[in-house]
Amino acid sequence: MALAFDEFGRPFIIIKEQEQKTRLRGLEAQKANISAGKAIARILKTSLGPKGMDKMLQSPDGDVTITNDGATILEQMDVDNQIAKLMVELSRSQDYEIGDGTTGVVVMAGALLEQAELLLERGIHPIRIAEGYEMASRIAFEHMEKIAQKFDYGVSNFEPLVQTCMTTLSSKIVNRCKRNLAEIAVKAVLAVADLERKDVNLDLIKVEGKVGGKLEDTELIYGILVDKDMSHPQMPKQIEDAKIAILTCPFEPPKPKTKHKVDIDTVEKFQNLRQQEHKYFDDMVQQCKDVGATLVICQWGFDDEANHLLMHRNLPAVRWVGGVELELIAIATGGRIVPRFQELTPEKLGKAGLVREKAFGTTKDRMLYIEHCANSRAVTIFIRGGNKMMIEETKRSIHDALCVARNLIRNNRIVYGGGSAEISCSIAVEAAADRYPGVEQYAIRAFADALDAVPMALAENSGLQPIETLSAVKSQQIKENNPYCGIDCNDVGTNDMREQNVFETLIGKQQQLLLATQVVKMILKIDDVISPSEY
Amino acid sequence: MAVERILKDEASEEKGERARMASFIGAMAIADLVKTTLGPKGMDKILQSTGRGREVTVTNDGATILKSLHIDNPAAKVLVDISKVQDDEVGDGTTSVVVLAGELLREAEKLVAAKIHPMTIIAGYRMAAECARNALLQKVVDNKEDPEKFKSDLMKIAMTTLSSKILSQDKEHFAKLAVDAVMRLKGSTNLESIQIIKKPGGSLKDSFLDEGFILDKKIGIGQPKRIENAKILVANTAMDTDKVKIYGARVRVDSMSKVAEIEGAEKEKMREKVQKIIAHGINCFVNRQLIYNFPEELFADAGILAIEHADFDGIERLALVTGGEIASTFDNPESVKLGHCKLIEEIMIGEDKLIHFSGVELGQACTIVLRGASHHVLDEAERSLHDALCVLSQTVNDSRVLLGGGWPEMVMSKDVDELARKTPGKKSHAIEAFSRALVAIPTIISDNAGLDSAELIAQLRAEHQKEGCTAGIDVISGSVGDMAQRGISEAFKVKQAVLLSATEAAEMILRVDEIITCAPRRREDRMTQVMERVVCDTVWLQKLGRCAILMHLSF
Repeated sequence: MALAFDEFGRPFIIIKEQEQKTRLRGLEAQKANISAGKAIARILKTSLGPKGMDKMLQSPDGDVTITNDGATILEQMDVDNQIAKLMVELSRSQDYEIGDGTTGVVVMAGALLEQAELLLERGIHPIRIAEGYEMASRIAFEHMEKIAQKFDYGVSNFEPLVQTCMTTLSSKIVNRCKRNLAEIAVKAVLAVADLERKDVNLDLIKVEGKVGGKLEDTELIYGILVDKDMSHPQMPKQIEDAKIAILTCPFEPPKPKTKHKVDIDTVEKFQNLRQQEHKYFDDMVQQCKDVGATLVICQWGFDDEANHLLMHRNLPAVRWVGGVELELIAIATGGRIVPRFQELTPEKLGKAGLVREKAFGTTKDRMLYIEHCANSRAVTIFIRGGNKMMIEETKRSIHDALCVARNLIRNNRIVYGGGSAEISCSIAVEAAADRYPGVEQYAIRAFADALDAVPMALAENSGLQPIETLSAVKSQQIKENNPYCGIDCNDVGTNDMREQNVFETLIGKQQQLLLATQVVKMILKIDDVISPSEY
Repeated sequence: MAVERILKDEASEEKGERARMASFIGAMAIADLVKTTLGPKGMDKILQSTGRGREVTVTNDGATILKSLHIDNPAAKVLVDISKVQDDEVGDGTTSVVVLAGELLREAEKLVAAKIHPMTIIAGYRMAAECARNALLQKVVDNKEDPEKFKSDLMKIAMTTLSSKILSQDKEHFAKLAVDAVMRLKGSTNLESIQIIKKPGGSLKDSFLDEGFILDKKIGIGQPKRIENAKILVANTAMDTDKVKIYGARVRVDSMSKVAEIEGAEKEKMREKVQKIIAHGINCFVNRQLIYNFPEELFADAGILAIEHADFDGIERLALVTGGEIASTFDNPESVKLGHCKLIEEIMIGEDKLIHFSGVELGQACTIVLRGASHHVLDEAERSLHDALCVLSQTVNDSRVLLGGGWPEMVMSKDVDELARKTPGKKSHAIEAFSRALVAIPTIISDNAGLDSAELIAQLRAEHQKEGCTAGIDVISGSVGDMAQRGISEAFKVKQAVLLSATEAAEMILRVDEIITCAPRRREDRMTQVMERVVCDTVWLQKLGRCAILMHLSF
């Protein structure tokens, strides 16, 4: 580490424990950062597109995850480098905002960094590159608005939505039955969507999985699925027109929060206490019965005695239901969550048309279906599949599809996929570059080149000649003035993405551009890296 | 400039060819490991845990072997997982599914080496799997309408399943046991209601199915040893001291006499409880929790048989069998449903006394008592029987049946081959490879039996060109034989699950082009490592085979 000396030749100590830290400065720092960012992008590059490959990740505990989802790969990769962590953050924020395109955004950022490296070598100042990128991203952003199309859908005509979800699912392992899953996702989103406010609360869609069966058995349940069974093995397994009491108080003797003692010193007291205890249980069950409940769902446990009383009074009950599930049940059945037995009233009960218990496989797995609810605003997607990793990957894929469907409901504009939007933007940015005086021009051109990285990776993953294919498509776009030409990944025989029905959401794509540019700008601005050297 | 480390220390990353190689090799190693257990002449494995006691398991069951292995290779873990799911879903075919997936990957490796893209291979495999499934669907036999034939189908399936296990010597006896037990379930797949009791001693042949219910408990002293027309109350309640459950309650007294009083009250309380129970008009009381001496004495006085500490499963099963409900309060005797049975008596098996409930109301549950020379034999016998029971209970619901002995694989491979010829493009190589992987299963079966597999498979293939062929490998006579005549059958559901999950797993592993392993979490190295030793593998020993190993163990 470079040191500063005073006039006596003693070093100035500026940073705490200066000797033990490594420091990179200037161009060197930028190049190190860029190469780290590129390394991350290179890992994800092969996962892009319908013919993209999966990654196998082994966690510290030895669990195996096989996935194609960019955000999941990065999150589980256990990275150590600071810049790499930035890229992980980037992918995560795309996941939170949009839910899809997590791989694309990292590939895009990697390409931008790669181009920036070339410019740095030519001696262009990083800030100028960053500014050029900013301008270019604005041009691309506006261009995308231009080529975007509105598309109409209704509650009855949701075919276009299904098509978009299918585009998302086609890059995952579940593409064998993407049609099925896409329909399930769209139906689920439409069921909970608030079409007037144009918003969807994805929390209302619960995704449950269970190993066994085939992927084709995956189903959408208009209701709630709880991985619990009745508290007593002999309670009825099916209840019609259930009135549900949703409780957060245990069927147990009271436990006051303040410290107390009950002293027993005479036989009378002993007997008295016994009777009270007995009466307490009786009262609890009676209160539930009095308001007309036919099913009790409780967040806590039951005492053996209470359990038998419930069963005896013909009041089926479910115990140890988690807080989130309890809330969903309350929303679905239109009931209120009741914290105390005294506050139970008939109005606070939830209503469901059918509650049933279902068993699976050769083991004793049971689940509880709550269906035909008063308010169908909460649905469950129930996934089946050959093994655990398959189920997990399907869950992630369904989540992506749900997000895409939600984005379309929020904003129904789309751009075409298959790299067509990127190519079109690249042409527009390239054309605009000449109009800028100054060094930024180079950065803008570099941005155009970086935009080509996504279609290039798509072509490469699909086993096509990347450069040849890309230039062919590009010239076709310019010649026919048709911004919908893309890479024909599935070997269908046409380049026109309108015919192939490959869409992506406009906001998803725009967000990718903005986020990638932002992160790259941030990385470029770093010119000093100080880190503790541990060895 | 060198790229800085991106991953944490000790984390590793493997890419492209290397990653593919690592997963192929891992998966194939697992498949090769269990390969030798396939088929009626398959060998067993001894698993020895390095944990305390060095426990030994002898088994032929793929799922059990794989479950106890400590595996580091991520691709191998996928195979272990599918074998586990196969066990949970259909119960049998746990070895076949792993072997098939391994063979699919072995073929895929060759194709990748020939520069065919994994995605193309996957597309081909998918088409082939669909075609193979359709081929099976065309050939299935469904005898649901004819109960006689259906029962004989079940018998055949049970015998085929058992023939590759330790029970093969007495397979007829056990097949009959299993079929009888499953038929009593009347279509339910809840195997919980079939209880298996293992008692060392005697020989495997002495195992029997009991129509009633056997509880592994003793009858209290001074209580009747035999009750006819029993009325049973099944309960889950504290019969030691009935504690006051109100929080914070404690006894505080100022003199000894008061203590005695309270103790008296406590006793009185228990007496009341017992009186209430007796008021149900019962003559047998089964409790999940302990019964202390005092209430036991009271029960004995009233001439009631009291059984304490029956485990939870036992209680549930007993409630299921006798039709009573599990009670915890005893205030309304008129509305509690009691269980009934004709006779309760104490019986002896070996030198253990057990309680036998016969003439039960609901005949849905039953008990199988296994006898055998040692614990290892009994454990393995239980696993084998469990496999057979699972397959049978699934077959009762889905009664489609296929022939066995490598017949289904040959049928599938023939159709898949045909598809390969019709398909243009690189995919056809993958489809052809799929067919080769299918043929590998009969090849392994005959190899394991010490037969000339190349010769036999060629004969079998020629045989299958004929319409309506029923030929398969007859391991006993060592030639190609008619499977329909030999009565070797398999359940369609098992074969389908094997086909679909093996393809799914192979597809999953093929799609991977990068393996990232995180740094292992630091912890005490207590993990039980399991060593696996293949005891004998030469052809001449195969003839002595399993008997030799078992005898060695039982001495």
